[in-house]
Amino acid sequence: MRALLLRDLRLAIRAGGGFGLSLAFFLIVTTLVPFGVGPEGGTLARIAPGILWLGALLSCLLSLDRIFALDREDGSLDLLATSPAPMEGVVAIKAAAHWLTTGLPLTFVAPALGLLLNLAPSGYGWLMLSLAIGTPALSLIGAFGAALTVGLKRGGLLLSLLVLPLYVPTLIYGAELARRGAEGLPVLTPLLMLAGITLGTAALLPFAAAAAIRVNLR
Amino acid sequence: MSIWEYANPKRFMQVSAAVLPWLSALALVTLVTGLVWGFFFTPDDFRMGATVKIIYIHVPAATMATGAWFMMLVASLVWLIRRHHVSALAAKAGAPVGMTMTLIGLFTGAVWGQPMWGTWWAWEPRLTSFLILFLFYLGYMALWEAVEDPDTAADLTSVLCIVGSVFAVLSRYAVLFWNRGLHQGASLSMDAEEHVSDIYAWPLWVSIIGFALLFVCLVLLRTRTEIRARRLRALQARERAA
Amino acid sequence: MVDLGKYTATVIGAYGVTIALLVILIWVSVARGRRMAARLQAQERRSQRNG
Repeated sequence: MRALLLRDLRLAIRAGGGFGLSLAFFLIVTTLVPFGVGPEGGTLARIAPGILWLGALLSCLLSLDRIFALDREDGSLDLLATSPAPMEGVVAIKAAAHWLTTGLPLTFVAPALGLLLNLAPSGYGWLMLSLAIGTPALSLIGAFGAALTVGLKRGGLLLSLLVLPLYVPTLIYGAELARRGAEGLPVLTPLLMLAGITLGTAALLPFAAAAAIRVNLR
Repeated sequence: MSIWEYANPKRFMQVSAAVLPWLSALALVTLVTGLVWGFFFTPDDFRMGATVKIIYIHVPAATMATGAWFMMLVASLVWLIRRHHVSALAAKAGAPVGMTMTLIGLFTGAVWGQPMWGTWWAWEPRLTSFLILFLFYLGYMALWEAVEDPDTAADLTSVLCIVGSVFAVLSRYAVLFWNRGLHQGASLSMDAEEHVSDIYAWPLWVSIIGFALLFVCLVLLRTRTEIRARRLRALQARERAA
Repeated sequence: MVDLGKYTATVIGAYGVTIALLVILIWVSVARGRRMAARLQAQERRSQRNG
């Protein structure tokens, strides 16, 4: 299991692994927003938590199809399926690797981008906290979507269509937590709900994703 | 004699062929009765004026939009547990019908919202939830189309339907938390105080039954088509193999 | 015809689009059903002939 995690991390960080790509994408999306809505600081500050959450979500989406597709192509997914490690564990490890190479860096980059968007000073801590808690759920849901579409030739677009509606609750609670934090409102409800979603997806979705992979490898 | 007997495709084809004409006629009569009664023979509401007549399509369509997803969920579970092909195909057949109902609910809601709330669209919990439901239908149908092997497609869409149901409920509460809205309360319920009066309730019930019957007819019809498509595929494959 | 007052366009529009959507849905379902039945019948005949 640990070997698999290390292998996935190494593959992702290596050139062409797409590690820097999602970060660059996050930066570009954030840069484009003021061009769309205007440079006025008050407006930007108000929408900053939502924009940063949306940007992080889209950056996450970008690298989802790599979770299983490459392993499927070179046959290592079949090897993993016949190995003694349970498929549920494999899915969880792969989601974890995806989170470590996208969600976690995004969390650390977000405050810098918050600066660009004129985020309120009280919001940085909450923004990082909400991303740290919420992005694992994004990776897990994404791994489920990737498992569903792993057998398809052009699964990328379909993957987005399947995964984005599933992201709705995470996005709502995550962005709400960051917004309330920035505005100094009570944050307990979204915090608990966001943590609940992450824990719930971590507990249940590996099973659904593993079932989908078994079907696709049949 | 148990209900599983109808899971045999041949038996299903026989029974549905016998039932379908009667059921369609009944659906048509109920639907026309409900809508004509509602449209021509109910008074205007003192607050909403003539727009109250939209309720006879808006509420039934919205009911069937969620009902269709629930039916797909049950059919998916039956497929995953008991491997009856008819069940998987019925789930597939239900999706476009449910999507159309969702679309009708959204459209009539927007048209109604314009004079009542002063806006076509409000990011309001119920409307938003239905928009999300619409997206779920789109994804579900796209997955059916994308996967070539019918059994694989049935398995994958069933898993998606179950996971999607959980997330649809989650989204519903998330959206409620996110924005409390303008929408009217429950139109029909046993105890609510905020309840439409009897003059509206009776034709509304008839319309709901009409929409439900129409839904059943369409699902039966489309399931028959899917069964035939499957058999055609099998015959063609056998021919190629020979 | 009932008098719908100032909401005529609203109500008629809602009913019109609903009925149009339902008719399209029914039409598509029936047409596809007929087409599939015909194709299946042709195929079955062919399969029988070829043994």
